[in-house]
Amino acid sequence: MIRILFILLFLLLPFKSNALIEVDITRGNLNPLPIAVSPLSIDENSRKNFEKILKKKNIGSEISIVVEKNLRTSGLFNPLNKDAFLQTPDIANIKPRFEDWSLIKAQALITGKVNFNDDKLRVEFRLWDVLAGKEMMALAFTTVPTNWRRVGHIITDKVYERLTGEKGYFDTRIIYVAEEGPKTKRIKKLAIMDQDGENNKFLTLGNELVLTPRFNPTSQMVTYLSYFKNLPRVYLLDIETGMQEVVGDFPGMTFAPRFSPDGKKIIMSFAKDGNSDIYTMDLENRIVQKITNHPSIDTSPSYSPDGKFICFNSDRSGYQQIYIMKSDGTNVKRISFGKGLYGTPVWSPRGDLIAFTKLHKGKFYIGVMRTDGTGERLLTENFYQEAPSWSPNGRVLIFYRETKTDSKGEGFSAKLWSIDLTGYNERLVDTPTDASDPSWSSLLSN
Amino acid sequence: MKIVKILKNSFLILAACLVLSACATSKKSTGQMQGDVYTGTDTVEYLASGVPDRVFFATNESVLTTASRETLRKQAAWLRKNSNVTIVLEGHADERGTREYNLALGERRANAAKDYLMTYGISSDRISVLSYGKERPVDSGSNPLAWSKNRRSVTVKAN
Repeated sequence: MIRILFILLFLLLPFKSNALIEVDITRGNLNPLPIAVSPLSIDENSRKNFEKILKKKNIGSEISIVVEKNLRTSGLFNPLNKDAFLQTPDIANIKPRFEDWSLIKAQALITGKVNFNDDKLRVEFRLWDVLAGKEMMALAFTTVPTNWRRVGHIITDKVYERLTGEKGYFDTRIIYVAEEGPKTKRIKKLAIMDQDGENNKFLTLGNELVLTPRFNPTSQMVTYLSYFKNLPRVYLLDIETGMQEVVGDFPGMTFAPRFSPDGKKIIMSFAKDGNSDIYTMDLENRIVQKITNHPSIDTSPSYSPDGKFICFNSDRSGYQQIYIMKSDGTNVKRISFGKGLYGTPVWSPRGDLIAFTKLHKGKFYIGVMRTDGTGERLLTENFYQEAPSWSPNGRVLIFYRETKTDSKGEGFSAKLWSIDLTGYNERLVDTPTDASDPSWSSLLSN
Repeated sequence: MKIVKILKNSFLILAACLVLSACATSKKSTGQMQGDVYTGTDTVEYLASGVPDRVFFATNESVLTTASRETLRKQAAWLRKNSNVTIVLEGHADERGTREYNLALGERRANAAKDYLMTYGISSDRISVLSYGKERPVDSGSNPLAWSKNRRSVTVKAN
């Protein structure tokens, strides 16, 4: 994998004024902001060069399509139809005619320019407040041409951050389990793709069962469960080099792995003699530490973003419930007390919420609660769904959903879905095959 | 003669009614389940004549039922007679639970079977345990009967 190679060249007129447009992301998408994404302008010479390298007729339009799709998917923006645009891209980028843009009801406008420069792709873009008639932001990037989609994602992140006041989540990837074949003999492979479903790539061949991949929040490492040689163990995989190794030397099944927020430890369950407890392993000195010690099932551990606490799933009360404890295993406290069973707790990157799966009266829910268990809110109900994973800004959850089979046991499918923390904007995340166990990466560029 | 014939016919009809009603009740309420534990032999394979390879569990449970114990006693007797055989106990869960918890539950179920075999003199050296959680159902249905067949521990010859 290519490392981040974006160079922030210059920052034109960093404009900050409170009177400019803002998007409130705490209230759902009832009124998405009308925004015009003008195709990035490109000179004929650059266009031809990129067409040769990338096989794309007009890379300027292609990048703006990436931005537009991202903005629409977020549910917070309503990108306007390009056919209605009155001003040409090159002139709009120099000086927008704001009357024209406000005529088509655009409140914000994105313009830009693409150049072929020393075999590199150089992109500059501007964000304009149409009503105030002002430039809100201007940035330029230079990168290798093949990174053009990432340029679109970074532009979206910058626009999202400028307009909502919070970091974006578009220059990110999803690792997940690709599924094929009949339900009784499912073939599962690790797969990775960009957040918008592009650049899908399989990382394993499907020879052995693989489950629950999770990103390291600080690097391009992944931890997951593999049934290699019929020995279910937690593995570590470097996505860039393809190197894998078993985590620790346990005389039995290890599972439910996750990284600590600093990326230096793996926390997981180890099952022995019918009892599962939570362990950590330090990736530098390989020291293994037992965190819980209880004759019940303790699993699905997840650290708080400051690393001081762990939430986990235990049936020590008789049924699956959510608990939190200090990271050394002391002060264990149950926090889920609603009706039904609770599983897969995941701590929000913002620190204030825990997302979970709930089973109640034959239905599965994805929900969130505060870290003390109060304020439980169920976001979505279905026949089967589980395993939420947070976007790096803590605003969106991705999870998987399975369908009920018919009377002949046919019609099974597993798909990825995303939903906003507000409970709005539920969307199918397109994947080339069936999919489950998604994990969202951190922002690739910052 | 005539009367006998009429009686015969009505007997047949009566018998047919009984059979039908028995079918109707067994299909609707229990099928091949007792409570929510599967008691049929639909998916069972036999390690030897009269030695079923699997035992079934109630939802979220790893407690062995009376029928399960009987099956495991038969397995233990067979294993004692065939002392060179080693086995893997494969523990499974149904699809109505979270993946990670089900992995732990499958392991717990297989260990319940292992512990019972050990009390009948089978050495732990001959038994390994492998949980598949909900990854390998035998019945792909999304209904209580299918789920009851999938909550199981299967004894598989390892050598």
